[in-house]
Amino acid sequence: MAKSYKAGVKEYRDTYWEPDYTPKDSDILACFKITPQPGVPREEAAAAVAAESSTGTWTTVWTDLLTDLDYYKGRAYAIEDVPGDDDAFYAFIAYPMGLFEEGSVVNVFTSLVGNVFGFKAVRGLRLEDVRFPLWFVATCHGPPHGIYVERDLLDKYGRPLLGCTIKPKLGLSAKNYGRAVYECLRGGLDFTKDDENVNSQPFMRWRDRFLFCQEAIDKSEAETGEKKGHYMNVTAPDVEEMFKRAEFAKEVGSKIIMSDYLTLGWAAHNSLSRWCRDNGLLLHVHRAMHAVIDRSPTHGINFRVLAKLLRLLGGDHLHSGTVVGKLEGDRAATLGWIDLMRDKYVKEDRSRGIFFDQDWGQMPGVFPVASGGIHVWHMPALVSIFGDNSVLQFGGGTLGHPWGNAAGAAANRVALEACVKARNEGRELEKEGKEILTAAAKHSPELKIAMETWKEIKFEFDTVDKLDVQHR
Amino acid sequence: MSDVQDYPSRLSDPNSRKLGTFSYLEPMTGDEIRKQVEYIINQGWNPGIEHTEPENAFGNYWYMWKLPMFGETDVDAVLKEIDLCRENNPGNHVRLIGYDNYNQTQGTAMLVHRAEIRA
Repeated sequence: MAKSYKAGVKEYRDTYWEPDYTPKDSDILACFKITPQPGVPREEAAAAVAAESSTGTWTTVWTDLLTDLDYYKGRAYAIEDVPGDDDAFYAFIAYPMGLFEEGSVVNVFTSLVGNVFGFKAVRGLRLEDVRFPLWFVATCHGPPHGIYVERDLLDKYGRPLLGCTIKPKLGLSAKNYGRAVYECLRGGLDFTKDDENVNSQPFMRWRDRFLFCQEAIDKSEAETGEKKGHYMNVTAPDVEEMFKRAEFAKEVGSKIIMSDYLTLGWAAHNSLSRWCRDNGLLLHVHRAMHAVIDRSPTHGINFRVLAKLLRLLGGDHLHSGTVVGKLEGDRAATLGWIDLMRDKYVKEDRSRGIFFDQDWGQMPGVFPVASGGIHVWHMPALVSIFGDNSVLQFGGGTLGHPWGNAAGAAANRVALEACVKARNEGRELEKEGKEILTAAAKHSPELKIAMETWKEIKFEFDTVDKLDVQHR
Repeated sequence: MSDVQDYPSRLSDPNSRKLGTFSYLEPMTGDEIRKQVEYIINQGWNPGIEHTEPENAFGNYWYMWKLPMFGETDVDAVLKEIDLCRENNPGNHVRLIGYDNYNQTQGTAMLVHRAEIRA
């Protein structure tokens, strides 16, 4: 029977709380951590989030009756306690496939993290995880190339790749900058990287930088016989300028370019990723601004969601945190999202903050990038944590070597290969790291000096955004 | 500056060329190569051997020594083929590959013999 129209404000839970609902394989599922305002019942707060992130408005409108809202509405279908936090709870919400445009990450998140995040009935709201159904995954373009194609293009197998961000990050002339790149690459790194802040400032315009860096790449390749790249940052004030820079990078023969997907904007990034596939360039992705979004444990979006959506938008590398360095990161959570970046199928695993099974179908994986505050002494732990399919980036840990960048690069390369070889032999890297590096340093004066230079440096700040566990 | 050591890599010296994974380490002993073969077999990968003249090492395709050893789990059989490849191709670099057919990639490819080059 048809419904009748009655003006006024209804309780959200009458319409949007359905504890008996069984999610469909085609639904987009979301887990929110909700901290409600005092006095708001959990079911009402969960239903409000479901409503405001899908079909709901604060009041009933007559045009509701021109459609089948029962089909289009999001449903809160489960509520769970948050371990160690009595104020907050997890709400699980299912959204039907018809709510979303195919292949549009922009559309999905405009709903899921739209107006609802400023909604008065909740004091804090955090999107912890999203399950993307296979139909949605398959309508997104995904990484331009993916991990295994990148390995083939670069002819590098059986080990993590090595990179370095050129410093000082601002103020070098293009020619001096290219010198720093050349020294790193001839010493044994696979990549060097533009800092995210380096775009096209008066001290170094992008075109000059690209040309000098490409000469550095070409000479270091001839010298070492290995393939090399420099992440040429094409992040620009507008998309026309971005594509102009990307086209020039291709013209000079660059293998890889980079963008900053959060500051650049997802639509622009998505276009760039498609361009990269069409033009055969790899895409390195930086994540400036992520901590604004993901650092608070009670409000915002968990990085695992930002990592998943980047895989859908497309990128061949994505910064993931190091676990061991100076930046934020909880080991189990980081292990969880690097799996979400790389694997074909990831099972629900609350101990790593993963709330849903995620099937990636045939979509290729993204290299996680560990960068920031790391040096040779971290190498055993990094190889153990990240495994072969990763990019390890030592900035100060390369450029700060007493003998210069080439020696710093060689030290890192020797340390990396020694750790991989030892791991293959069945040795425990994190336990035997010191012996492994010390033995390798006997044949590498560069590594020996690096180990003496950085021995005492440790970063042991407490993590702000921890996994939700009892007794934290 | 007397403490600073120069980095001894030169375009003019063919010995400056590197050859991928493990080419920055000392050459592996026979026993060390055995452990790497065991690793490849334990991963469930298919061992393969490639070689090249040093001057042609930069391309993607080295010469394949026979065929990849699909399903081979005998470490000695693989080591024997590495030796045969070296004997039959003096002056060539040799690398050992572990083909990962599930991920359609090379799980690893490592240098097991660097040919001597007189500059």
